[in-house]
Amino acid sequence: MIDRAELWFVIIALGIGSYLLRFSFLGLVGNRPLPAWLLRHLRYTAVAILPALVAPIVYYSNETQSGPEPVRLVAAIVTFAVGFWTKNVFLAIVAGATVMGIGLYGLQ
Amino acid sequence: MPISTPKSAYWKGLIAGAPFTAVAAPFAALFGVLGTEAGLNLFEVMMFSFSVIAGAAQFTALQLMQENAPTVIVLLSALAVNLRVAMYSAAITPYLGDGPLWKRAIASYMLVDQSYALSQEQFEKAPDMTGAERYAYYFGSCTLPIITWFGSSFAGAALGTALPQGFPLDFALPIAFLSMVAPMMRSIPHLVAAAVAIVVALLAVHIPFSLGLIVAGMAGMAAGAQSEVWIGKRAAHD
Repeated sequence: MIDRAELWFVIIALGIGSYLLRFSFLGLVGNRPLPAWLLRHLRYTAVAILPALVAPIVYYSNETQSGPEPVRLVAAIVTFAVGFWTKNVFLAIVAGATVMGIGLYGLQ
Repeated sequence: MPISTPKSAYWKGLIAGAPFTAVAAPFAALFGVLGTEAGLNLFEVMMFSFSVIAGAAQFTALQLMQENAPTVIVLLSALAVNLRVAMYSAAITPYLGDGPLWKRAIASYMLVDQSYALSQEQFEKAPDMTGAERYAYYFGSCTLPIITWFGSSFAGAALGTALPQGFPLDFALPIAFLSMVAPMMRSIPHLVAAAVAIVVALLAVHIPFSLGLIVAGMAGMAAGAQSEVWIGKRAAHD
């Protein structure tokens, strides 16, 4: 269960933080250029953080959290592969959910 | 269709933004469902969507709070995932930077993937638009996706409270993350960044306070940036 005080702190702080990220240049910095090395790193934040977040969830997905659970592992790989090749978020979700559905209910 | 007045610019933006409601709706609805499954009530889900308006950041915060990660890690990770909006802010400033502060402040709140992508494209295509027309187009392009974001969060939360306890949604978040990140893999440095981040995240899983995520993210960013430099240098050589 998520702690209530923490939840509200996160909602408010994340809201303010996200707003400041959006406001940063438009409101404060103006047209001053950013250093190239900083922009180069910023380009890869999402493609680094999101996989880093997902990898342990997928890899330790079995009941004892000691290794991958086959259905979830395959679902993750299929979701990524379909998203990568089609560049289509929907198809990726549908593919992953289908593997989960077949794997958990179809094989019983 | 030539843009002649701010009013017609607003409508043009509104129409251009309409298809993107189909992208916003499922993510917002999924956030609503998973939020209520995680124990949030309808009001809390809505306040989350009102204050943040960013799918990946909201999902990240939700996931890490459920894992009982320290609050500072929850915030750092969710903001890191959201850093791209700072890049949008930088990219849109040459076009909207001349507006009055109150307009820039409101425009900042609505800066999402869709409004950025549509406006950037339009402003490049039509360099003779006036400042007022640009703002009108921009606000038009955000209107429908943002209304959809709020509406679908509400629908998802309402659906989530109606779902039976124990409905198997434990893997919906990873699927959502993967579907979001896979289409972002546009170049080899993107793939390198993701691969390095995954390896480091798995090796660093026992680092306390969920710091492994930050370490892995930074390693991935550095790897992506560095491989971009290498590939660029080689291309310049050839």
